Amino acid sequence: MNILQNILDESGFDRMISRLAHEILERNQGVENLVVIGLRTRGEFVAQRLAAKLGQIEGGAPVQTGVLDVTLYRDDVRNHLKQPEVRATDITFDINDRHVILVDDVLFTGRTVRSALNALLDIGRSRTVQLVVLVDRGHREVPIRADFIGKNVTTSRGQEVRVRLREVDGIDAIDLVSTEA
Amino acid sequence: MSSLSIPHLLGLDGVPKQDLELILDSTDTFLEILDRPIKKVPTLQGKTVVNLFFENSTRTRISFELAERRLSADVVNFSASTSSVKKGETLLDTARNIEAMKVDIVVMRHAAAGSVKFLSERCTSRFLNAGDGAHEHPTQALLDMVTIRQKTGSLEGLNVCIIGDIAHSRVARSNIYGLLTMGANVAVCGPASMIPFDLERMGVRVFTNIDDALRFSDVVNVLRIQLERDAGADFPSMREYHNSFGITRRRLDALGKDMIVLHPGPINRGVEIESEVADGPYSVILPQVTNGVAIRMAVLYLIGTRAE
Repeated sequence: MNILQNILDESGFDRMISRLAHEILERNQGVENLVVIGLRTRGEFVAQRLAAKLGQIEGGAPVQTGVLDVTLYRDDVRNHLKQPEVRATDITFDINDRHVILVDDVLFTGRTVRSALNALLDIGRSRTVQLVVLVDRGHREVPIRADFIGKNVTTSRGQEVRVRLREVDGIDAIDLVSTEA
Repeated sequence: MSSLSIPHLLGLDGVPKQDLELILDSTDTFLEILDRPIKKVPTLQGKTVVNLFFENSTRTRISFELAERRLSADVVNFSASTSSVKKGETLLDTARNIEAMKVDIVVMRHAAAGSVKFLSERCTSRFLNAGDGAHEHPTQALLDMVTIRQKTGSLEGLNVCIIGDIAHSRVARSNIYGLLTMGANVAVCGPASMIPFDLERMGVRVFTNIDDALRFSDVVNVLRIQLERDAGADFPSMREYHNSFGITRRRLDALGKDMIVLHPGPINRGVEIESEVADGPYSVILPQVTNGVAIRMAVLYLIGTRAE
């Protein structure tokens, strides 16, 4: 795997989170009734940072945060294509009538988000679901779009957007990498 | 590692530690689903599961059926009393006929040890053993292990004693295999007539005195005295069994230590366990039942969606 292009470095990361937080606040006119739910694995940590930033800007406590594991809702698991490790969903609050900010790192085929929407419906009926991604790399296979996008990146199929986060990888970076040998 | 190395769950004998850990670790996910308003996920949508019960069972069958339905599988129930077995069909013919109707997973209970393995080698479906004779009952042992782990955090180095009719118990056998693999110290205790002769060779300690056994233990798993399985032949009376091996509040309190008491159910109150223990602070009997559904969901998920 070789890096083709560095999309974002450490300092750009915090600025991106800040901008996304401001956009979310503008659209929702504050943090009232807002909850942030991240998709495992990396979306979880982006969600935590976003929640902290939202609280900070509004001068209050971090917004309530949860984690969603969509493994059991994936269409590729049902078809025996792959079997990822199944981990727990951890949402300790009621999402009924709340505005759910759904967070993932990269938006690609849209299938993960499709699974997440089904999973959310089983947990409750939220007022709205708004999707935040750090990177939209195109190549959608289902009609899904993001409401808040950190950066649009043009990619080809043989490429991948690799997001590394301090909490998991020890470094904050987003790179365009080639998956071809 | 996120996939099982085994295609069927026939028993815990010989199942590698990574597989056991994967099953136990996956259980939390399914417990969370059981707490939701909509207790259902679409994971096994389009898959058909047959519950093939040649022996009576209420709770294991209900537990499996709930697990299957909560994973959105199509479920068919078969019980021997209402079936063609009565008309003289062989086991293999029954299984092949059911399989010809395109099922994916067979959950099976049978009075003959080894019958589940026998069919798994001759059919193309995935098999889950729900109890075969006095051989194994792997999902019961897994739910026992996960219940213990919720309390203690780990099974490694834990002293676990199984009390009762060890010789006739598939629950005991599966627990022994699984617990030894996970690094627990396993002991058994019961009337000498109910202890198989070869247990020490497996690395299991044998106690014939209940108080010695309790002093050794962090966890006791109290087996049901199977009144229907002519248990009376192995000890003089229920009262005598209770006096010698019954788990009472007084015996446990006298130890002055933390203790966890499991029981696979159904309970004979006042025989192998006193009501005060079964309903008291040492007991994890009801959490066992909840965990039973979750662990069966985990096993069905891992076996049913295993990449081929």
